[in-house]
Amino acid sequence: MAAIKEIEETIVEEFGYYDDWMGKYEYIIELGKSLPLVDEKYKTEENLIKGCQSRVWLYAELEGDKIIYTADSDAIITKGIIGLLIRVLSHQTPDDIINTNLSFIDRIGLKEHLSPTRSNGLVSMVKQMKLYALALKTKML
Amino acid sequence: MTTVTQHKTVLDIQKIRKDFPILTRKVNGKPLVYFDNAASSQKPQSVIDATNKYYSFENANIHRGVHTLSQEATSAYEVVREKVRAFINAEKSHEIIFTKGTTDSINLVASSFGKTNIGEGDEVLISAMEHHSNIVPWQMICEEKKAKLKVIPINDDGELMMDEFHKLLSKKTKIVAVTHISNSLGTLNPVKEIIAAAHEKGIPVLIDGAQAIHHTTVDVKELDCDFYVFSAHKIYGPTGVGVLYGKEELLNSIPPYQGGGDMIKTVTFEKTTYNELPHKFEAGTPNIAGGIAFGAAIDYINSIGIETIAAYEHELTQYALEQLKTVPGIKFIGNANERASVISFLLDNIHPYDAGVILDKMGIAVRTGHHCTQPLMDRFGIPGTVRASFAFYNTKEEVDVLVTGLHKVIDLFK
Ligand SMILES: Cc1ncc(COP(=O)(O)O)c(C=O)c1O
Repeated sequence: MAAIKEIEETIVEEFGYYDDWMGKYEYIIELGKSLPLVDEKYKTEENLIKGCQSRVWLYAELEGDKIIYTADSDAIITKGIIGLLIRVLSHQTPDDIINTNLSFIDRIGLKEHLSPTRSNGLVSMVKQMKLYALALKTKML
Repeated sequence: MTTVTQHKTVLDIQKIRKDFPILTRKVNGKPLVYFDNAASSQKPQSVIDATNKYYSFENANIHRGVHTLSQEATSAYEVVREKVRAFINAEKSHEIIFTKGTTDSINLVASSFGKTNIGEGDEVLISAMEHHSNIVPWQMICEEKKAKLKVIPINDDGELMMDEFHKLLSKKTKIVAVTHISNSLGTLNPVKEIIAAAHEKGIPVLIDGAQAIHHTTVDVKELDCDFYVFSAHKIYGPTGVGVLYGKEELLNSIPPYQGGGDMIKTVTFEKTTYNELPHKFEAGTPNIAGGIAFGAAIDYINSIGIETIAAYEHELTQYALEQLKTVPGIKFIGNANERASVISFLLDNIHPYDAGVILDKMGIAVRTGHHCTQPLMDRFGIPGTVRASFAFYNTKEEVDVLVTGLHKVIDLFK
């Protein structure tokens, strides 16, 4: 698996092909459709990231020393965005996930999704992904 | 609302739009189409100027100084109280209490009225379409007093079930609190009938006018409501200012809400005597600049006429409903016969959030989500809606932009 930074670069490159927002969002919607979906049995209240706008379920498990994330949402754009996060952070080690500082969001022009009013925004998703990494790391010890 | 259709539209919208500087803005490279007026309306230049002028040349604390500035600020602030009185046709200007907004006004009534009038086993009656602001304060006082919150149900069109309302009114009911116009559905409630029925049983009524005050003539004397509450920011005024109208006798009979400066007559460590209305309910330095700017907002509305505004908004809403009907898969949430310029809808199985993000990209500001009415969304079994809400500075051309935008949304997500 490529390192987090490398995957980020690839994504930035991919998004570079689109010079208008329509193209970008069409791509995000496509990504949303291929999101690694969380198993129905994990779509529980506990795994729900709560917010005002759309619902997001996030689940993580260990495979060896790597973390595998799965997710779902009732909004497609949200699915696409979490799909991007999963592409970057899934199959990485807990330490790499905890220590990373993601830059691609800003660079592909999705900064507006970082704003606190988009309550299910990226901030809470990234935070939740890091929390999972921390929790699973202690399990590994 | 029943009379509005008789007024002919005489508004020069393009001229009016020039009074609102924000309407020249571009958002994401597109001319702003602001359809989130139910959340907060935009401000005319005169309101912005009033704030500016106050801080530049008039600033001083009120009700306390003998110096010129303080006296001028006090009169300017008190003039607004009189303007509000006239605007809603209250009997006396001291029946107008300035608050921070609708939410603050309802909390005041729930707390002060509740303290002396609600007891164990009593009931507070609200409706299924209330904003969280007109639910939670009552829930809190009910919990404290071991009283019960009762809810008037609605039908599938989003109208109050009036026969159920009449059945729910009982000896135990201590107050009825309902919204004049629903912020999620646009429904205009038969508040006059509600007030009359409650009064027959000696029960006071609070009307949440947050969505009504700018869309329809409000005459508290004619309504005979006991409390009427609204926010300045939804009526082209500043944020942080609101109104509680209450009948003098009732306001006198309930205890103060907060303690502090301005609300007292004399203070000793043994006992404090409270000031008279309205000051009894206005502890501390108020939002003076906001109050004065609110006065400018009322002047602005009066210069056009609320009935002219209502007539135009009615026409625009009818147009929008007609045009939106042509959007494939659209489903309106709320189909009340009597309605204001708020339209909530869903597009097939497209999530409101997805629609809102794409519309924003096209410069169109709508609200998506539950609109602070979660119980209402549960009633319809939906997570939320897309809501377009109009003001008199909106145009039919903007409605067309929304319709085109919705077609694009559908193309993207199909
Ligand atoms: C019907 C209704 N009640 C109460 C409120 C709360 O108003 P504020 O937030 O200004 O206190 C709103 C605002 O959205 C509303 O629409």
